[in-house]
Amino acid sequence: MTRDAALFEFLCRMGDSTLVLGHRLSEWCGTAPALEEDIATANTALDLIGQTQMWLGLAAEVEGAGRSADDLAMRRDAWDFRNLLLVEQPNGDFGRTLMRSFLFDVWHRRMLERLTASSDPRVAAIAAKAVKEVAYHADRSAELVVALGDGTEESHRRMQDALDRLWPYTGEMTSDDEVDREMAEARIAPLPSELRPGWEEAVRATLTQATLTVPESAFAHRGGKNGARHSEHLGHMLTTMQWLQRAYPEATW
Amino acid sequence: MYAQMIKSEATQDDPEKLAAFQARIDRGEKIEPKDWMPEGYRKTLIRQIGQHAHSEIVGQLPEGNWVTRAPTLERKAILLAKVQDEAGHGLYLYCAAETLGVSRDEMTEMLLDGRMKYSSIFNYPTLTWADMGAVGWLVDGAAIMNQVPLQRTSYGPYARAMVRICKEESFHQRQGFDVMMKMCRGTDAQKRMAQDALNRFWFPSLMMFGPSDKDSKHSAQSMAWKIKMNTNDELRQKFVDQTVPQAEYLGLTVPDPDLRWNEETGHYDFTEPDWSEFMDVLQGNGPCNRDRLEARNKAWDDGAWVREGLMAHAEKRRAARVAAE
Repeated sequence: MTRDAALFEFLCRMGDSTLVLGHRLSEWCGTAPALEEDIATANTALDLIGQTQMWLGLAAEVEGAGRSADDLAMRRDAWDFRNLLLVEQPNGDFGRTLMRSFLFDVWHRRMLERLTASSDPRVAAIAAKAVKEVAYHADRSAELVVALGDGTEESHRRMQDALDRLWPYTGEMTSDDEVDREMAEARIAPLPSELRPGWEEAVRATLTQATLTVPESAFAHRGGKNGARHSEHLGHMLTTMQWLQRAYPEATW
Repeated sequence: MYAQMIKSEATQDDPEKLAAFQARIDRGEKIEPKDWMPEGYRKTLIRQIGQHAHSEIVGQLPEGNWVTRAPTLERKAILLAKVQDEAGHGLYLYCAAETLGVSRDEMTEMLLDGRMKYSSIFNYPTLTWADMGAVGWLVDGAAIMNQVPLQRTSYGPYARAMVRICKEESFHQRQGFDVMMKMCRGTDAQKRMAQDALNRFWFPSLMMFGPSDKDSKHSAQSMAWKIKMNTNDELRQKFVDQTVPQAEYLGLTVPDPDLRWNEETGHYDFTEPDWSEFMDVLQGNGPCNRDRLEARNKAWDDGAWVREGLMAHAEKRRAARVAAE
């Protein structure tokens, strides 16, 4: 794999993960448990879509095949998506949505912090802008996980269910493959496995405060970031998201 | 402005106090939360600000309907930002209403069980992407007509909320018009969507100003109190006069065969909306009334455990702090 091909893959991993999570969060539009949560959820979705424009914009530039960020977002099928499996999981109740964000946000923040020192100045610039937004996402999701884990009996039960359900999707975030090794060698991005200890420490600290129990299984579902095996959910999401571009391919919007 | 048919409350206060209060308003002074005010003024304002706040909240739904189907990343971001602004407007308005002695939770319950209303416009469905243009262009356009003068309304917190809201609303209107421009300069299918959106939203937008002045029973008192700054018909005329040339510029046809420029009056003559349809919508029989209220009720009920959890946690923290002291 050439360096540019690996970089393209890596940028799609970043951009597809922010796109898919941003989309999932936008599904809450107008129906969150409280007005403040509606505003914060929409705001987070907005940040993630903005980051998607930057990541996929750069991916398109690196690819040099005349595609735009919108082409990548709206005209690829599921097997070409490179997002983490975690973020394509359906929203479920507000607790599951929140837990999914929390597990991702902790990783995302650490990844972006490292990317601010990327040898590729374009990557470093995007990371520097995004990390400020994501620091806020991570603080907010951690705070809410603690509050709901340590809230009522019902909120505790729902948050524990969410954690148990989503935990097997966390391993993929910190697993390495050929693309990751290529990026690490070029000092463009850290090896995901290097993020694991810090991620786990931060996640465990918050979950302890939230009185939640970390599942013991280390089993990890894989297949999102290399596109080998997405879950069934992604296709339905894309069907909705890509509808207009697919139905009216000649139109500009 | 999303308030329609706001019933003015009769006031039974001391005539001297009432006269002094009216004199303050006439001098252009702002009434602030701790000032004396007639009970009717307070109740009418709660109803009006509440209806406006509820409209912002329910108004998220027809646009939220397209957030997940926005055609480009930029359109998705703009729409999300807009819906987020609307939730923010709801928040300022509930805060303004709270200064009159009614809590947000109380108002929410009145919305959910149908005791309080929201604007009739949000009971119409958004069926194509062009509706995101039409809603911004026409619905936000109509809202601004009323909100701009309300920046000078007599109640201080309401006037100040309106200043912020107006800035954002005029941005929304421009965004809506921009969507329409793209559609009208686009493919035949896009033009068809744009015309269809105007056909469906034209008369419902005219209804947003409320019934004709001759049938508007509650205007006089509200206007004396400077809660309402213009009559329904004045604003509707102003909206038509502003919007028709924009429709022409877009190359769209306003769905009113009797619409014509009147040299003598210097205004457009136009057909009134079907007021029986308007009354049907207010009575719960619009195309989406039940869907909208069901969606709000479901969000509220599904979110109960979250709100309770957050309260319980805050209480534990408070107790722990007290114990530590």
